[in-house]
Amino acid sequence: MACETHLTRVWLILVSNEVERVVTKNNAAPLLEIKHLKTHFFTEDGVVRAVDGVDLQVFPGEVVGLVGESGCGKSVTSLSIMQLISAPGKIVAGEITFEGQNLLELSEKEMMKIRGDRISMIFQQPQTSLNPVFQAGDQVAEVFRIHQKLQDEEAWEQAVELFRMVGIPAPERRAKSYPHEMSGGMAQRVMIAMALALRPNLLVADEPTTALDVTIQAQIIQLIQDLRKEVGAAVILITHDLGVVAEMAERVAVMYAGQIVEMTDVISLFDKTFHPYTQGLIGSIPVLGKVKERLEVIPGSVPNLVDLPPGCRFAPRCRARMEYGLDLCTKVEPQLIEYQPGHQVRCWLYQDTEEYKAPLKDRG
Amino acid sequence: MIQYITRRMFMAIPVLFGILLVTFALARLIPGDPCRAILGEKATDAVCERFIHERGLDKPIPVQFGVYLKEIIRGDFGRSIRYSLPVTRLLVERLPTTVELSFAALTLSLIIGIPLGIISAVRHNSWIDVLTMMWANAGVSMPVFWLGLMLAYIFSLVLKDTPFWLPPSGRVSPGISTAAFYDVWGLSVYGQGLGVAILNFLSRLNILNAILSGNWKLLGDSIKHLILPAVALSTIPMALIARMTRSSMLEVLGQDYIRTARAKGLAKRMVILKHAFRNSLLPLVTVIGLSLGSLLGGAVLTETIFGLSGLGRTLYDAITARDYVIVQSFTVVIAIFFVILNLIVDVSYAYLDPRIKLD
Repeated sequence: MACETHLTRVWLILVSNEVERVVTKNNAAPLLEIKHLKTHFFTEDGVVRAVDGVDLQVFPGEVVGLVGESGCGKSVTSLSIMQLISAPGKIVAGEITFEGQNLLELSEKEMMKIRGDRISMIFQQPQTSLNPVFQAGDQVAEVFRIHQKLQDEEAWEQAVELFRMVGIPAPERRAKSYPHEMSGGMAQRVMIAMALALRPNLLVADEPTTALDVTIQAQIIQLIQDLRKEVGAAVILITHDLGVVAEMAERVAVMYAGQIVEMTDVISLFDKTFHPYTQGLIGSIPVLGKVKERLEVIPGSVPNLVDLPPGCRFAPRCRARMEYGLDLCTKVEPQLIEYQPGHQVRCWLYQDTEEYKAPLKDRG
Repeated sequence: MIQYITRRMFMAIPVLFGILLVTFALARLIPGDPCRAILGEKATDAVCERFIHERGLDKPIPVQFGVYLKEIIRGDFGRSIRYSLPVTRLLVERLPTTVELSFAALTLSLIIGIPLGIISAVRHNSWIDVLTMMWANAGVSMPVFWLGLMLAYIFSLVLKDTPFWLPPSGRVSPGISTAAFYDVWGLSVYGQGLGVAILNFLSRLNILNAILSGNWKLLGDSIKHLILPAVALSTIPMALIARMTRSSMLEVLGQDYIRTARAKGLAKRMVILKHAFRNSLLPLVTVIGLSLGSLLGGAVLTETIFGLSGLGRTLYDAITARDYVIVQSFTVVIAIFFVILNLIVDVSYAYLDPRIKLD
């Protein structure tokens, strides 16, 4: 692992997993369909448009990666699905259809029944995501007590069983531990046990491995992979680590400043990258055998979500815009178009209008 | 755990010794002498000399301290200079008033302060939060003597002859039996021992005594007498507890595990009451412990306004009369309360938060 660089690892994984992957599932009805979701935060400094028109589909059993820098809105998207956005945040527009129901129309009581049962979630910081004053087993057992109305003892037994399933050694004893007595990896196993307890149809994993050691990361990814197959859950995998995406995801959505800028299956993402931002992300990964003075960087920083630039949100940092000398980018916002079958991109390099000819339109 | 408590008890000894030393010295630093303070300005020198000699106050101060220490270790607090009564008896008579009042005030501040704190944390920045915090600020800065007088004025004078009338002073109305529960039960309790003193003490906690002896008339009457002083005394701790609950809740509500609990499908109410409240209790316990300590020792104003002869009032009178023995002993008793309360607070930390280990 030490001498293997990131991108070669990505490629190895891609090639070895290729057989297993199902590229498109257009024939099935989506499990989750997000349409034009807008979640804004009304702060004293102005309206932060954290999620600003996201469309995303997740089909039963698939793993969708949601990639982007910190602050691009990926976590807010996931919390919007769970409807756990708290003040001053608010879902201002859109539809989130899960199993045929628009979640945004449900009452809090109905939503409570879905959370932790049919949609569940795991988080970035496993140790702080567990309540420090309750035993780990008790926190897992709580899921059974809430949703299945099990008695304490029965719920506890089920929890211990789950501890065993997620590979925690000495589950009976470990269930009695408190979170501070556990390592990060073990705490994340507890969180996974809690999330998968009731065999949800959708698991939202918000940076599940970011806070963990590299060796533990691999174990946790493997665990999520194995269990989601066993349980049959679809997964939304939120991460900024393209390695993790390559390892787990079947389709990937790249987010930038509250919007999806590119969405495709994972092989196309690495093979035929269209959006300059995605190209920048992939270009910033070191490649084995290639001697570089410096890694490629995306110049500038993420725009202020209160005061977004007009036109394309990536335009101020975009090299391709300079290269092709495009004026349109800073004036009009591009749309997310299906540039090639199953490959969507939001960029003026690929989108024509009546009086504008996109420079790369026909090169794909 | 038991080891820890024992060790803490031993650690309290130097603390108590320090307190003994300081109060002993401070009491004697008060200008004026006990003879003239008690017998009056016109007492002759001869009378005073005898008065001082009889009470051993003519010996060198270090010797007096030594004698005092020796007696304390034997469990004898000495005799009051002024009343010529054993201090233990005074304690048994007066402490119950204060204990009852303090616990009533604390209960009141808890059952009102904690829910208000939780509500204003959950409804952060709403009108109810703003109102509660304004009220809490007013409560912290409320002069107790003014509030006490106002309450007495409103409930005892203005509302006279209405069902809302409340007695302005004392602990029971005349003519209501305060027979001790052990007498009602037909037990014969006599003598001087510690056991008798404790039973005596308990029987003077009117509410407890009323419940134990089934004397409902006494119960109602005692509560009626307790309401005004308890309300007056509770304002400051109530405001403190409300503010503390709020700030501690606010911090906890932003934690990751609150989000996890919500993501599990727990109702918001349950998340607040179970997951958040338990975590916010820690700083609260400290405030409650300290509040109870200062309630026990610092109810002088309230006790004076409502004509209750409790610990604070007796201590105050003793200071004016230069009754060194009472000043010393009562201060030590209050100090012991603080030491015990602090120990309880520390032990409950370990119980409330598994991350804290006592060793």
